Amino acid sequence: MAARVMTWWTFFQISINERLVYRGDFMLGTLMRFLPTLTQIFLWWAIYDVISTNMAQGNENPNGEIAGYRYGDMVAYYLLVIVSRAFSSMPGLTRGIADQIRSGEVKKFLIQPVDMLGCLLTQRVAHKLVYYLIATLPFALVFWICRSFFVDGWPPIDVMVVFVTSLLLSFLLGFFLEACIGLVGFWFLEVTSLGFIYMLLNFLLSGHMFPLELLPGSIGAFVNFLPFKYLAYFPAAVFLGKIRGTEMYIGLAVEIAWTLFFIVLARVLWHRGVKRYSGFGG
Amino acid sequence: MQPSYLNVFLTFARNSLIRDMSFRMNFILQCVSSISWAVMNFGLFKIIYQHTSSIGRGSGWEENEFFIFLGTVWVINSLVQTFFMANAEEFSELIRTGNLDFALLKPIDTQFLISFPRINWAQLPNGILGAGLIVYSLIQLSNDSNKNLQLSLAYLPAFLFFVACGAIIMYSVMIVLSSTSIWLGRNQNLYTFWFYITNFYRYPMEIYQRSGIGMALWGTFTFVIPILVVSNIPARVLAQPLGTPWKTWELLLAGYTALAAVLSLVASRWVFKRALLSYRSASS
Repeated sequence: MAARVMTWWTFFQISINERLVYRGDFMLGTLMRFLPTLTQIFLWWAIYDVISTNMAQGNENPNGEIAGYRYGDMVAYYLLVIVSRAFSSMPGLTRGIADQIRSGEVKKFLIQPVDMLGCLLTQRVAHKLVYYLIATLPFALVFWICRSFFVDGWPPIDVMVVFVTSLLLSFLLGFFLEACIGLVGFWFLEVTSLGFIYMLLNFLLSGHMFPLELLPGSIGAFVNFLPFKYLAYFPAAVFLGKIRGTEMYIGLAVEIAWTLFFIVLARVLWHRGVKRYSGFGG
Repeated sequence: MQPSYLNVFLTFARNSLIRDMSFRMNFILQCVSSISWAVMNFGLFKIIYQHTSSIGRGSGWEENEFFIFLGTVWVINSLVQTFFMANAEEFSELIRTGNLDFALLKPIDTQFLISFPRINWAQLPNGILGAGLIVYSLIQLSNDSNKNLQLSLAYLPAFLFFVACGAIIMYSVMIVLSSTSIWLGRNQNLYTFWFYITNFYRYPMEIYQRSGIGMALWGTFTFVIPILVVSNIPARVLAQPLGTPWKTWELLLAGYTALAAVLSLVASRWVFKRALLSYRSASS
């Protein structure tokens, strides 16, 4: 057991150091990430402006909201989604796994007493931790500048707890979901296109593009059943009080269920895949 | 002997097409994915226009006008991605690996040689889709009895002219960006950076024309890096959000766009040459 912990610890340290090499680039990159939000702020400003003018003239849309979102909520939503994505997005994971399978590098996990998924997870945790360490400053700065968009201020403590929990779960969900797609590489050697389709679906269905309440009724109901919404929409909606009370706890339970489902699925895919795998050459 | 630039360009185009066709599945998937992005974007604005009558008060960007704008953005995006994007990335790579040496040795203008070798045909369908959206929205607009759209075929050359200006500006921005990799050693963030910059031209510029920060953004992206006029001016030619005849500022901005295209092309040429002077190959 102690040896095992030592192994993980070493992986962890290596990954941390790997990441700290490019910290300057990193901080700049994080700030750049908010640039699209800037255009979003102006776009929605222009839209809500027209709505409130129409409202003053007694036209449709009596309360100046879009699907229950005030202007501030809308901007706050986009900001919070960036936080969700900071937890749930796994750049290069699918590709990495598929590449290892294709190139045969995966063999090292078959002969060493190290679990591939565990190893990758440790690396991700390390990378994410370094990311938060460096990104907290730019994030805090941007959120402080944008504090007026958070119309209702901080949510109550129980909501905060659910918010943080859902973020942590979204990390695990994102990891195992993308790992599953990568592991499909045991069956199809080329999963780049699959990853592409996933990215596309994810952008729309996770609520990264816009709040899911904006989707028309039947599609919205369907999207609510999918796991994607926990990768971006759910934590943000909880924070903004769009999902509250019992509904919030049910949502959290469903998120846990999805996470467990993908953990098990990743295990199954790994075991089946390894059985199927044949390594050639070097 | 003068090399025939046209023939070289056509050979590049043919080679790229052959290359694209040898990975046909990949080609189709690329087409599908870029079209899906566009359709998703379209869907978002369809939803938005169920809640609002226009984007920006008094700006005239109502639904059909805006979709002409969106179509124009797709057309320009597709031109840039088809002809320039892959090449700019390749240029950064040539610098990093030192393979630029071979390009410098060839008896043809180096900027031409690095600008066009790879034509990404898979990005072209998006532009066709954009043209379709423009035509469709124009028909809708001319059937709208509340609007008095004055349109004749004479507008087409003007539209194409400003689209060309836009493409030239985008090309120049890209060459400047990728030339920086000569000084920086490598520019991994080229695509990301391009994505962030183009974010600004995807919406009518009126949305920025309010508040101090907005005006600063508008000024920067009109006069320093002139990317707002890339999409706004051609779209205005067809959509005429404020009707005809054009207001004085619209005319001025249109004249400025043509000037900006020339200036940015000259500037990019200058930066490119300067950058080449600092090139010190690599490894070997």
